[in-house]
Amino acid sequence: MTTRDSAFGGINLVQDILIIGGGVIGCAVARELSAYQATVTLIERGADIAEGASKANSGIVHAGFDAHPGSAKARFNVEGNRMFEAYCQAVNAPYVRSGAMVLAFDEQQRLTVEKLYRQGLTNGVEGLSVIEREQVLALEPNVNPEVVCALLAETSGLTSPYELTFALADHAAVNGVAFLLDTEATEIRKDDDGFHVRTPRGELTAKILVNCAGVRSAVLHNQLSDRTYNITPRKGEYYLLDHEMKPVFSRTMFQTPTPMGKGVLVSPTAHKTLLLGPSAQDTDNDTDVSTTAAALRLVRDKAALTWPRESLRTVVTTFAGIRAHEAGDDFIVGATENVPGSYEAIGIESPGLTAAPAIARALCEQIARENGLTLKPEWKPAPIRNKPFAEMNADERQAAYEQNPEYGNIICRCEQVTEAEIRAAIRRPVGARSIDAVKRRTRAGMGRCQGGFCSPRVLEILSEELAIPPTEVTKCGGDSRMLIGSIAEAFRKGDA
Amino acid sequence: MANGLQPQAVDVLVIGAGPAGLAAAIAAREAGVTNLLVLEREPEMGGILKQCIHNGFGLHRFQEELTGPEYAQRDIERVKALQIDVRCATTVLNITKDRLVTAISRERGMQLFQARAVVLAMGCRERPRGALAIPGTRCAGIYSAGTAQKFVNLEGYMPGKRVVILGSGDIGLIMARRMTLQGAKVLACVEIMPFSSGLNRNIVQCLNDYDIPLLLNHTVVDIQGRDRLEGVTVAQVDAKREPIPGTETHFACDTLLLSVGLIPENELTRQADVEMSAATQGAVVDDALQTSQPGIFACGNVLHVHDLVDFVSAESFKAGKAAAEYALGSRADGRTAAVLDGEGVRGAVPQRIRIPDPAETASPIQLMFRPSCVFENAVIRVLDGDREVLRIKRRILAPGEMADLTLKPELLRALSGQALTVRIDASEGVCAWNS
Repeated sequence: MTTRDSAFGGINLVQDILIIGGGVIGCAVARELSAYQATVTLIERGADIAEGASKANSGIVHAGFDAHPGSAKARFNVEGNRMFEAYCQAVNAPYVRSGAMVLAFDEQQRLTVEKLYRQGLTNGVEGLSVIEREQVLALEPNVNPEVVCALLAETSGLTSPYELTFALADHAAVNGVAFLLDTEATEIRKDDDGFHVRTPRGELTAKILVNCAGVRSAVLHNQLSDRTYNITPRKGEYYLLDHEMKPVFSRTMFQTPTPMGKGVLVSPTAHKTLLLGPSAQDTDNDTDVSTTAAALRLVRDKAALTWPRESLRTVVTTFAGIRAHEAGDDFIVGATENVPGSYEAIGIESPGLTAAPAIARALCEQIARENGLTLKPEWKPAPIRNKPFAEMNADERQAAYEQNPEYGNIICRCEQVTEAEIRAAIRRPVGARSIDAVKRRTRAGMGRCQGGFCSPRVLEILSEELAIPPTEVTKCGGDSRMLIGSIAEAFRKGDA
Repeated sequence: MANGLQPQAVDVLVIGAGPAGLAAAIAAREAGVTNLLVLEREPEMGGILKQCIHNGFGLHRFQEELTGPEYAQRDIERVKALQIDVRCATTVLNITKDRLVTAISRERGMQLFQARAVVLAMGCRERPRGALAIPGTRCAGIYSAGTAQKFVNLEGYMPGKRVVILGSGDIGLIMARRMTLQGAKVLACVEIMPFSSGLNRNIVQCLNDYDIPLLLNHTVVDIQGRDRLEGVTVAQVDAKREPIPGTETHFACDTLLLSVGLIPENELTRQADVEMSAATQGAVVDDALQTSQPGIFACGNVLHVHDLVDFVSAESFKAGKAAAEYALGSRADGRTAAVLDGEGVRGAVPQRIRIPDPAETASPIQLMFRPSCVFENAVIRVLDGDREVLRIKRRILAPGEMADLTLKPELLRALSGQALTVRIDASEGVCAWNS
């Protein structure tokens, strides 16, 4: 059950388990823990879940050849990759096994490709091969013909990171996890009663703490432990291009990696759009997701190496995300050293999305074992979600319409999203509360016109469903109101 | 295709009941089509005119200054008088080159039509912020001008009170005045080009009359604000339209309206595998507004973006009549000649014209296009191969105002069949539109 604002008004809420962070890791942990007999609350500083790195990354389910053998990154990546398809199926999240290539453009880069191949084998990655120029171009005709060879990774895939996060949260919520949004953990103390977490909206107390706070995870960890960690927010900027009739690439196209990460990729997405990016700049602001001309130019220039006929004619938007890069360059997953009851997932940058199912499973098994948690007699399955209208054939559309005539009303014309789907997104267990929240759950406003036509309609539906005036509807929570006042109201008051 | 759905036969099917679709439907009915259907995605007819509550519409067609809704109402009344079947709140989902059209509505569910002729009249959409890749945050308070116009004029809500407008397209100019009249402060209208893309009358009546500065050769280089917009940074641009460092000015504002171009909405057109023009972003058509797919016609802003609704209506009457002739089997074929954009010309429409037989009583053909720059004392020339067949002098030409010329029947009859080229020669010109 979702705990709404009214349920938490500065009261000291006592729980068995408190999860900090509503990204893909926090929600995956919440879902695992919801199988156990315990009261679980998840707090998230954003106005929605998946507001941090989970809403703005490449959405790649990595094969696992990048990570250093023996590292936590390597282990969780390969494990997560193997779990991913069934995992997405279980919660109704998008997954496509598209494959990937790492392109080499000279003999030096060939050596890197060969090293990645061997590293992949050591990590236990299946479906790897090094292919030569002709084969690369036969599989992907739009690749720069100057390519010399490529690592082909058949087990690489695509998901929608925020949709997966929403699906995990919904599954956790139907099994009793409470979600508190707009609730930032500012300070953590431990005493005999457990952990006391201060938030701007009151204090929460829990016996078990799970820190999945992304870019904030090290700061919170350091309040409990002398063994400190240091996270640097690392910004990545992207271009997103519209889906077209003929996809440019069918696989994720990597270039050889750099010390700052996997470099600029050109990749289809789970929704058949095309993604270029990311850049990588370290920043000191963990909430700054503004884009910059310099980084976007860099993305454009680097992507052109992969895709020489690069065309930005169909760009629908640009965006930025923040990775949580830890100084030790590895995932830190498990119990906090010398702090009984505290568990953590720190430094979860790429391949964190791929690793999420494996990280959550490992953490929760450990929590259950060390705290004697027992499984509930019944764990409800994830809520069934209809196939998106845009992906239905004519018969399925008619059948959906017969079930609910609101399927007959197209609200977002670019992405073909219906009124039925927008209302359903607001009514989900962890439902949409803003224009952007609807957008990420339904794709309404994600297309060519970027909400130009549908946002007034979505606003109207949100106002109706949430029973708030249109002037209270926000783009993305906080003070992001879409409208500043009613003209009729101003007339009545005499100020117009 | 849906196995369970039986297609309904329609002689002429019009997609869209904005000014283009309404005119096409009226013309088709007046040409004798009884089995005629119009599909409109919005709950009411009239298209974008519904929210254009300012006046200035209809000067050419009615010799009157009407508001948008008044203009639309005249066609709506005619459609009703002619008892034309219009299904509103019905979205077309798919169209094939064989003119099988799938639609859905809340009232009727999925619907399938087999049309003899289809008129595409879906209009255009505004180019959004994302397409420009303007750096900065993605906060609330950034709207395309038409979205803001809908909020203000149809929904009765103000999107903000301190406004910067990026782009000087007509809707942006109109909204500069509208927001001002509604009590907002419009700080500036910022245009990256050395000239406005809007009509001169709108610059005078919507900016100058309200002392709103028009900053030519300027653009927005940064957007600030975490939740709601707090300000934008504007900089001057060089001849390559790159921002010049050191020229930045900051505007504290809560609203940024974008009027940076209109894009014909051709998703359905592409599904039908219709040949497209890169210059207009609409279909390639002949002088009867027929696309490369026989029986599929296009008119209005889905074909090419017009400045004046009067010309949308005129074009769409032609398309409706031609679609009727096609559906009723009375269209003449014959020799054709291609029309090409020459120097200084962008997006001449139609791209193909029929050469009448020597004995035929043919109608004149109007060619419409945009000058690629601002030209003074210009000469528009039409070349048949390399033979000049027409020469027209114009004192001023600008990209913001569609130019046109008429090819008379005697000229048409004498054409060789080689491609015609339309070009502009000018001694003086401010040329910058070369993208």
